[in-house]
Amino acid sequence: MRKITYRDALCEALSEEMQRDKTVFLLGEDIGRYWQGAFKVTKGLAEKFNDERVRDTPISESAIIGTAVGAAITGMRPVAEIMFGDLTTLAMDQIANQAAKIHYMFGGQAKAPLVIRTPFGGGVNIAAHHSQSLEAWFMHVPGLFVAVPSTPYDAKGLLKAAIRGDNPVFFCEHKLLYPIEGLIPEEEYTVPFGVAEVKREGEDITIVATMLMVHKALEAAKVLEKEGLGVEVVDPRTLVPLDKKAIINSVKKTGRLVVVSEDCKTAGVTAEIGALVAEEAIDYLDAPIKRVAEPDTPIPFSPPLEKHVIPNEKSIIKAVKEIV
Amino acid sequence: MLEIRFFEEKVFELYGQNLVPGTIHLYAGEEAVAVGVCANLRKDDYIVSTHRGHGHCIAKGARLDKTMAEILGKKTGYCEGKGGSMHIADFNIGMLGATAVVGAGIPIATGAGLSIKLRGTDQVTACFFGDGASNQGTFHEGINMAAIWKLPVLFVCENNLYAMGTHQTRVMLIENIAKRAVAYGIPGVSVDGNDVIAVYEAAQEAVKHARSGSGPTLIECKTYRHKGHSRFDPATYRPKEEVEEWIEKDPIQRLKRRLLEQWNISNEETTQIEKEVADAVETAVKFAMGSPYPAPEEALEDVYA
Repeated sequence: MRKITYRDALCEALSEEMQRDKTVFLLGEDIGRYWQGAFKVTKGLAEKFNDERVRDTPISESAIIGTAVGAAITGMRPVAEIMFGDLTTLAMDQIANQAAKIHYMFGGQAKAPLVIRTPFGGGVNIAAHHSQSLEAWFMHVPGLFVAVPSTPYDAKGLLKAAIRGDNPVFFCEHKLLYPIEGLIPEEEYTVPFGVAEVKREGEDITIVATMLMVHKALEAAKVLEKEGLGVEVVDPRTLVPLDKKAIINSVKKTGRLVVVSEDCKTAGVTAEIGALVAEEAIDYLDAPIKRVAEPDTPIPFSPPLEKHVIPNEKSIIKAVKEIV
Repeated sequence: MLEIRFFEEKVFELYGQNLVPGTIHLYAGEEAVAVGVCANLRKDDYIVSTHRGHGHCIAKGARLDKTMAEILGKKTGYCEGKGGSMHIADFNIGMLGATAVVGAGIPIATGAGLSIKLRGTDQVTACFFGDGASNQGTFHEGINMAAIWKLPVLFVCENNLYAMGTHQTRVMLIENIAKRAVAYGIPGVSVDGNDVIAVYEAAQEAVKHARSGSGPTLIECKTYRHKGHSRFDPATYRPKEEVEEWIEKDPIQRLKRRLLEQWNISNEETTQIEKEVADAVETAVKFAMGSPYPAPEEALEDVYA
């Protein structure tokens, strides 16, 4: 095993897959040799693979994804980067109406194996147009897979699996996770879609969390452990497909559930997971389901305002204490 | 061209008998565009189509029976009933499908062009879209991207004067959409879209340009749809004189006159062709009508590959 950042894990995944398969190529704004990605995920790749396969584009999000769709249905495996998750709005038709539906709409005769990578999340004071978490929107589009890695290990393994798969993948990253470190094996591996991971075992309460919130949940669990509470943290790792069984199994064990996500509360990730447990495992619950999420506001700029709306270990602990 | 015309007339007729679910956007009147362009394409070249796409499919070589079956929502259709009139595709002949979002096919065609370039083949992609689509952001983004990367794409604007019911003059100040090519540094030509030879020659030049690695061309074909925008549209916004004038310029009648007058084709021969095409369309209708609908639970299949 070796220690590596989330950013470098993603870069390794791209590099290894480009090496392995000539049809894999990257496109996006400023991902090439001059800037190497707004968050440096594509660092060194243009030098290694040339400018044709690590392709800087004009600021044209709709055409970035549309071009990826056209390339994907004609034999390539494009990985498109949208610089900020907020800007996927500009490409929404290509993502939701074209990429997601091509396989179905044409009766299964075409495949659109493209990956759309983009960073979500707040916490860096860049306000309402660069801080949102919109992953729930993409869960609502049949035909897309949605990945939400929280660790370097998962980031690398899921991205490799995404590139190799035959479905369009909306691959969520998190700005604050890029510098975090974690262990990954020396040898090649992938992480399958639809398989959650229990990041920490516990007997008393289940916390289902994604991306940065997995880390906040783990911090909360440490504090609660000192108070004698055993917290289980389940990380779905992909929202589509969702490992319902893993979530329900954990709830069966603990009888209590807190769902944590950085996206807005209404019709969001926490709503879907909460509804799943209410529908399929309510008999196992000993207390109401609690949700910790962004309180349905745009993300504000000023640090105290932003801190107020993004869930953290304190708000998680508060929610846990309300139901134990 | 005749195949498309007879096919569309049959679709219109079946629609009137309540045999076609949903709506239809007929290509009748615009046949010279699809035919003039596709006559320059090889089987392995690509096309990207629109909601008004039956003509593109047929011109690229799609089977009439499977096309008709798809329009009727049958299991034997190209998309097994999942797509319908607005979403026919046949990847075996390079027909990459019709998108019903106006302008959405433009960047997809750019992507098919990029794929060709990265794979190092000499294929080309032809992208059909209307005058309305040329006001979408995707038109600017997609053509600009194809231009900077010199991708082998023909952007074929079927200017039929109306975006649904909105006349071109109400939504743009230029007469020739081809003029917009200047903004991307690529060749742009306006041709008589009801003259199949004129379209053929313009496309031939653009295909040559694309295959040689010189990049895309914007071809504007001035044409006119004989019917309204969709089946529900009586097209009352179009002056009667205008419609009559364009019916006069019907691409099929013009070609027929040319064949009779200049190319020594006899009346008997054209009658024979008309009969053969009518028979082929009739056979397609029989196939489609006799085909089963998909089983309801198939609705849940093929969401993911």
